[in-house]
Amino acid sequence: MSPPAVTSALSIAALPATAKYALALGDDALILGQRLGEWIADAPQLEEDLALANISLDLIGQARILLSYAGELEGAGHTEDDLAFWRDDNQFRNVHLVEQPNGDFAVTMARQLVFASYQYELYRALQDSGDEALAALAGKAFKEVSYHREHARTWVVRLGDGTEESHRRMQAGLEAVWPGVPELFEPDEVSLSLPSVAADPAGLEPHWARFVDGVLAEATLTRPTPRWRSRGGRSGLHTEHLGHLLAPMQHLHRSHPGASW
Amino acid sequence: MTVDTATLLAAAREVPDPEIPVITLGDLGVVRDLRLDQAGTVHVDVTPTYVGCPATAVIAQDVAAAVRAAGAPRVEVHTVLSPAWTTDWISEEGRTKLREYGIAPPGPVVPPGPARPARDGAIPLPVVPRCPRCGSADTREVTRFGSTPCKALLTCQSCAEPFDSFKAI
Repeated sequence: MSPPAVTSALSIAALPATAKYALALGDDALILGQRLGEWIADAPQLEEDLALANISLDLIGQARILLSYAGELEGAGHTEDDLAFWRDDNQFRNVHLVEQPNGDFAVTMARQLVFASYQYELYRALQDSGDEALAALAGKAFKEVSYHREHARTWVVRLGDGTEESHRRMQAGLEAVWPGVPELFEPDEVSLSLPSVAADPAGLEPHWARFVDGVLAEATLTRPTPRWRSRGGRSGLHTEHLGHLLAPMQHLHRSHPGASW
Repeated sequence: MTVDTATLLAAAREVPDPEIPVITLGDLGVVRDLRLDQAGTVHVDVTPTYVGCPATAVIAQDVAAAVRAAGAPRVEVHTVLSPAWTTDWISEEGRTKLREYGIAPPGPVVPPGPARPARDGAIPLPVVPRCPRCGSADTREVTRFGSTPCKALLTCQSCAEPFDSFKAI
């Protein structure tokens, strides 16, 4: 059967700027939430199955609110489900960092440290947003993300300052994710066009760096200096990994349009 | 028909939490407001404990059913995020019920970052959850992410029992 006309009807370029902004933040949360879910029943210990599932759930909760809000601002009746399940990869606006495969546990923890510390600063700043809905979500999510950041910090220190092997793998994890760091703090057109609504990505970086550098020092790890960096996620250019993530996430909804519990 | 909003609000607050049925939504502090509009529709504001809490949808259904059963013909339940829910809103009675049920109630919320003295000079520190079975403060956190988003898993070093603890948030 033919899909509802959602993908063709949704023109990202035509969205109001605040909707584009909500979509980008929502996509970051949705894609990482989906990635972290892959650890369930596969984590090094049962407690981590639970922890990563809980963090994933918080992220999907943020994504639901942000995507619903983007749909509401668009005003064309698109729901959170339409936006999550009926867009193709080039219509997603998440950063590359969140779509990368999980790697080993150290790679995932390196990404969690980077991303949870970023969201911590993001939601701290967004609590003062001129947009009431974003400020309300930020007030709520900030508390939850504080726990995510603490979870990642604990693991990075434990592995970095652990055995020779755990140190080596934690450092390798940092090297694997670091090319994805600059994209988080890159000023993009959408946030620049919303000075009283969006958090200035570049302005978050010094606070983020202070915290992350402190953790790396405590963990006896070295901040990587990669020779390349990724870019393009915010304008819909993604790595091959995103499509492979979306396929299992979207297939049920696309095979059975309108399916519900 | 006349609808008494105080009665309806009481009905909404009496609804048991779907995950921890020993406490009510009133004990949790998640039913924030109830009002009647001119068309006779009752609006209830409910705030989630966590943005991704899977119980949120069930809570909305249960609240709507309870308010309808208390005499309201039309009910709309709204999710409000601001002000953000905090465990400081859990009532004293709720804390007692949690403890009796085997869940350590949350301590006061401590702002993140380095501890700063309050105006009276007191430094806020996280409270170590006590074992709800034997009362010992010699407890260890096993994982901060327990069986539901709102709970951590601890173990008691004195009586060796594992237990859930409400996270201060």
